[in-house]
Amino acid sequence: MKTLNTILAGFGGQGILFAGKVMAYAGLIDEKEISWLPSYGPEMRGGTANCSICISDEPIGSPLVVNPNVLGVMNTPSYDKFIDSVEAGGVVVVDSTLISQKCNRTDITVYYIEATALADEKGFHGLANMIILGKLLKETRFASMDAVKKSLAKCVPPKKAQLIESNLAAIELGMSL
Amino acid sequence: MAIVFQKPHALADRPFHYCPGCTHGIIHRLVAEVIDELGIEGKTVGVAPVGCAVMAYDYFNCDMVEAPHGRAPAVATGLKRAIPENVVFTYQGDGDLAAIGTAETVHSATRGENITIIFVNNAIYGMTGGQMAPTTLPNQVTQTTPYGRDVATAGHPVRICEMLSTLDGVAYAERVSVDNVPNVRNAKKAIKKAFEAQINEKGFSIIEVLSTCPTNWGLSPSDAFEWLRGNMIPYYPLGVYKDKTEEGTL
Amino acid sequence: MKGNEAMAEAAIQAGCRHFFGYPITPQTELSAYMAKKMPKIGGTFLQAESEIAAINMVLGAASAGVRAMTSSSSPGISLKSEGVSYIAGSDLPCVLINVQRGGPGLGGIQPSQADYWQATKALGHGDYQLLVFAPSTVQEMVSLIFKAFDKADEYRMPAMILADGMLGQMMEPVEFPEKAEVAKVEKPWATNGHQGKRAHNVVNSLYLQAPELEKHVVERFKRYDIVKANEVMVENYKMEDAEVAVVTYGATSRIVKSAVNSARALGIKVGCIRPITLWPFPEKEIAAAADKVQKFLCVEMSMGQMVEDVRLAVNGKKPVEFFGRTGGVIPTPAEVLEQIKKLAGK
Repeated sequence: MKTLNTILAGFGGQGILFAGKVMAYAGLIDEKEISWLPSYGPEMRGGTANCSICISDEPIGSPLVVNPNVLGVMNTPSYDKFIDSVEAGGVVVVDSTLISQKCNRTDITVYYIEATALADEKGFHGLANMIILGKLLKETRFASMDAVKKSLAKCVPPKKAQLIESNLAAIELGMSL
Repeated sequence: MAIVFQKPHALADRPFHYCPGCTHGIIHRLVAEVIDELGIEGKTVGVAPVGCAVMAYDYFNCDMVEAPHGRAPAVATGLKRAIPENVVFTYQGDGDLAAIGTAETVHSATRGENITIIFVNNAIYGMTGGQMAPTTLPNQVTQTTPYGRDVATAGHPVRICEMLSTLDGVAYAERVSVDNVPNVRNAKKAIKKAFEAQINEKGFSIIEVLSTCPTNWGLSPSDAFEWLRGNMIPYYPLGVYKDKTEEGTL
Repeated sequence: MKGNEAMAEAAIQAGCRHFFGYPITPQTELSAYMAKKMPKIGGTFLQAESEIAAINMVLGAASAGVRAMTSSSSPGISLKSEGVSYIAGSDLPCVLINVQRGGPGLGGIQPSQADYWQATKALGHGDYQLLVFAPSTVQEMVSLIFKAFDKADEYRMPAMILADGMLGQMMEPVEFPEKAEVAKVEKPWATNGHQGKRAHNVVNSLYLQAPELEKHVVERFKRYDIVKANEVMVENYKMEDAEVAVVTYGATSRIVKSAVNSARALGIKVGCIRPITLWPFPEKEIAAAADKVQKFLCVEMSMGQMVEDVRLAVNGKKPVEFFGRTGGVIPTPAEVLEQIKKLAGK
């Protein structure tokens, strides 16, 4: 498979780092080389948050993604920060409930989905991150569905195990878009 | 012929380097006698400070560690946490314990670290040649308070037993003196009680021993005792400040 | 597993049951992991009142003969330097971890390698060295923790894992040995209570007679010579036919390797030399490379610290250039590639 260098970005509290972990663990379960690198520090406390996820057949070089070929964005500052850094041929999923800009680059594929609005509408409050992840899964096939399911079971803390199902449903909703 | 007086086993057979008239020798001996009487030399580890007593590691026959300046309670914490069955004591002066090592002192006390501190308060830095200590009295002349300690600029002395007695982790705190025979006897009782508190897992114990420094005070040994009685005891009253060693007390 | 957590787990598996620390970003997860695990296995996790107290608790526990560890990040390591000097001067083994962040002063909290000098030359006063290990992956963090404990015990000296915020924070797959092999080293010098069975032990770094102190220091340096002869670790990456050698360590080496691969795709004969031990430094290996390659490039997340050791090892035989980003800025593979291209004359 082609090496996927992913950035997921948004506000702290949107579950950006969690979505990245689900992605990375799924890659691990599929026996790929993976890395997950969060932004840390003040950004964790309400500012912008992002993480780099690499999934590859080869050992990961730099775990810090500078020019992603996969980007999921959930707020305007992150969109502005990362949209121009996407590699030609890259795939971008934009939460258009929160981001009004439209990209005029023709060398990348951008999907606009109303993730946050859909999450509220369909009873998945707070799971817009999983809807974005589902759409990314559909467009990039970063891991098998089976691996994603196992990854969710691994990433959701045991105390919140009842949330695995709704997370999975939100991913499936994203995949249907 | 019966032996009526001898060196305690826990005290090494080696001449002290202390100045004539210094009371460190008395206090070392009291600690060693207590170690002998409790039969704990083989499981006791002492921690020496930086200051006049830095070479205490040469004078005790139990295992000894020499700590960085002020850090003896932290070193003792590590020793005790590693082997809780051992008896761990520190032997510290006023600069070591109440200035540079204040944080280590206060926090080992409030954690209720099950160690014993022998705190020698002689109101001056001895090793470095007689500078102001945190416990130097108001108006006391030292090398760095040549006009007498002016509390307006140099601040007030620290009363360690009073301060530590407010902390919940402290099991036993007593201030004693070694200026005369009854007080020496009482000091030994206090040190023994502190070690026993540790053996009975009661928590942090500290014995503050008012001591003299004839060399840096510029007094003869006997005048130094007079000065201690006339100036130090009024400011640092002797007595038990905290006792949680038995049910029902404090 | 996050790098910080992996190091904590590795320490526990290496037999460390005594951890003393103080909170600081970006190493916090390590302490948190210890706080969670230690009480369940009868170990000690103690959050000290300061970095200074923490390192002295390590001094005490190490004196008692147990495997003890502390971890921190750059400003906290500065505070520990006094205790580290005493630990070295008392010939005690222990492990310290520095998850480096930008400096000087309070600096920042992003990844940095600006503590190279501190770790290899001047972590505290006096004539002494630490073993310094520089991992570049989470897996290597684990293996080097085991090694650090074993070698610290073997040579009776402190060992440091010099990591950085990127390695500490990143998550990578990691495997732990099924049954950890831990060197068992007798510690007859420990102050653990003589039980009436031996003479009393003293752990001490004070020698007031100059000739006596000199004797102790010289003896310690004889041990350092053995360490230098036996413990150097270095990785050569695509160096067989290299004309340009990029010397780099830790997290930065991952970025360099990406750049080396891109340069190779452009037909540039470039390789990478990665010191894994920063002290002892792979002087011989770099000197040998100086006979083969045309040029050296040193890449660090600092203004240029290790480059001085590279220049000493190359000893003027070939030019040594430097490229670095600092303050928490991470160099990109593209930036490094540009430097390689420039050096290769392309």
